[in-house]
Amino acid sequence: MRVLACMMGNEESEAGALPSQDLVDAMGRFNEELVKDGVLLAADGLTPTSAGAKVKWTGSGPTIVDGPFTEAKEVVAGFWIVEVSSLAEAEERFKRCPCGDGAEIQLRPIQEPEEFAAALAEQSRSRAE
Amino acid sequence: MTGAAVEDVRASIDAVWRIESARVVSALARLHGDLGLAEETAQEALVAALEQWPRDGIPRNPAAWLMTTGRRRAIDRIRREVNLREKVAVLASDLDDHDDPYDEADTRLDDQIGDDMLRLVFTACHPVLSPEARIALTLKTVAGLSTAEIARAFLSSESTIAQRIVRAKRALSDGRIGFAAPTAEEMPERLPTVLSVIYLIFNEGYSASSGDDWFRPELCRDALRLGRMLCNLLPNESDVFALTALMEFQASRLAARTTRDGRPILLLDQNRALWDRLSITRGLRSLQRVRELGGSRTSYALQAAIAAQHARAATAEDTDWVAIASLYEVLAEVAPSPIVELNRAVALGMAYGPQAGLDLVDQLRDVPALQRYHLLPSVRGDLLARLGRNAEAAEEFRLAAELAGNDQERELSISRARSLEG
Repeated sequence: MRVLACMMGNEESEAGALPSQDLVDAMGRFNEELVKDGVLLAADGLTPTSAGAKVKWTGSGPTIVDGPFTEAKEVVAGFWIVEVSSLAEAEERFKRCPCGDGAEIQLRPIQEPEEFAAALAEQSRSRAE
Repeated sequence: MTGAAVEDVRASIDAVWRIESARVVSALARLHGDLGLAEETAQEALVAALEQWPRDGIPRNPAAWLMTTGRRRAIDRIRREVNLREKVAVLASDLDDHDDPYDEADTRLDDQIGDDMLRLVFTACHPVLSPEARIALTLKTVAGLSTAEIARAFLSSESTIAQRIVRAKRALSDGRIGFAAPTAEEMPERLPTVLSVIYLIFNEGYSASSGDDWFRPELCRDALRLGRMLCNLLPNESDVFALTALMEFQASRLAARTTRDGRPILLLDQNRALWDRLSITRGLRSLQRVRELGGSRTSYALQAAIAAQHARAATAEDTDWVAIASLYEVLAEVAPSPIVELNRAVALGMAYGPQAGLDLVDQLRDVPALQRYHLLPSVRGDLLARLGRNAEAAEEFRLAAELAGNDQERELSISRARSLEG
């Protein structure tokens, strides 16, 4: 299964502060392990929400709202996509991520197309019955 | 501990094992000089974890715990063999260097992990083993799958797979196959065996050879994981990148190649919006590495280059069939086979019209290897249909249905025959 791991933002990441060299190095080693084991599919850091925008849908259709977005804790500051055997494997791997106090990484399994297809097939079967 | 908590610990142990087993097994194999013994002592460490962790909690550094426990078991075993006293002394003093071995990562081993992993891969795929044994041993020791998981993936029983692994380990020790990576001179001969094991695992997942399921994607993902791992271990071997690129391109179409109820959709009819762009990007990057290393004229590289042509085309109509036909021509020189010729016929038919394809297919009709191969009549039927020779085409699809290996392919051929007869 594939899992999207989201590093949640904080005031520093929203302020565009660069992480310390030590943290960059430690993160590099962490990512290198993921690469060596063949599990890392993609990873990137994101710019602060002040550099981004939202497309929002209301009754009158889509409108654009420029960043920054409000709650720093609710924004994504960076992400990984890994291919693992289970959510537990993703948990074990990301427990090893070099993070400071207060950090949060959300692990979100990606809806696999074949499971999605199976679920849809199941749905149409039960509808037919 | 409550039942649910014990379940959580079990899931964590499984996960730690998936992550660490190859490192543990390979480090132990270096101590033992014997992969079979290493695999057994590693299993003993796993059993110990299954007993102790639910009771005492998961150790702070589970990897180091498994490694240390495995090494202790290894020493116990060697101690039992009286004529190996000297070896014990060396190993024991090695262990004593740690104040608290259970709580400390064995950093000295880290430098050798890459080498150990290479030894592990090449020993598990050793030529003295049968292809089935190589696959089972690789999935068990390198990919960290349990015997039950391998059995499930190959629709086999657990005892069959367990026996296969026992026999494989015995074959390694009978053949006095130590725990070593090939030398640079041996590499050209040994690497293809490893790559074929990985590709067999992928294909078993991609096109299940038996059963109702047309594919088992988890096996494809395991194979890709092995391929990417090997790219890291052998960064200058172009064919590792070629195979990985080929698997990435094929895997990118996993979501698009069947209907919701599991019937196959042919490449050109697939909804390309469902192709995994991330897989394609990684495949193209891998193929770029192949070109940098100058390895574009191998079977894997050419197949990957052909797959890349499809991946690059935004719609089926955009496919550069002339380029694909010429890649098949080179492939037919590098790795001649009736199957390649059949695929070349398809490409010729698309690039230069159905008659050009049919001319080549007709030359293949007497090839013994293709006599019972369902895709020969299937391809011929397709070309005939495009020439408007519907009755002959329908006959070919009927034949293809008779020869098809699984239910879905059979149904596809029957429905094509029906539409031509209608």
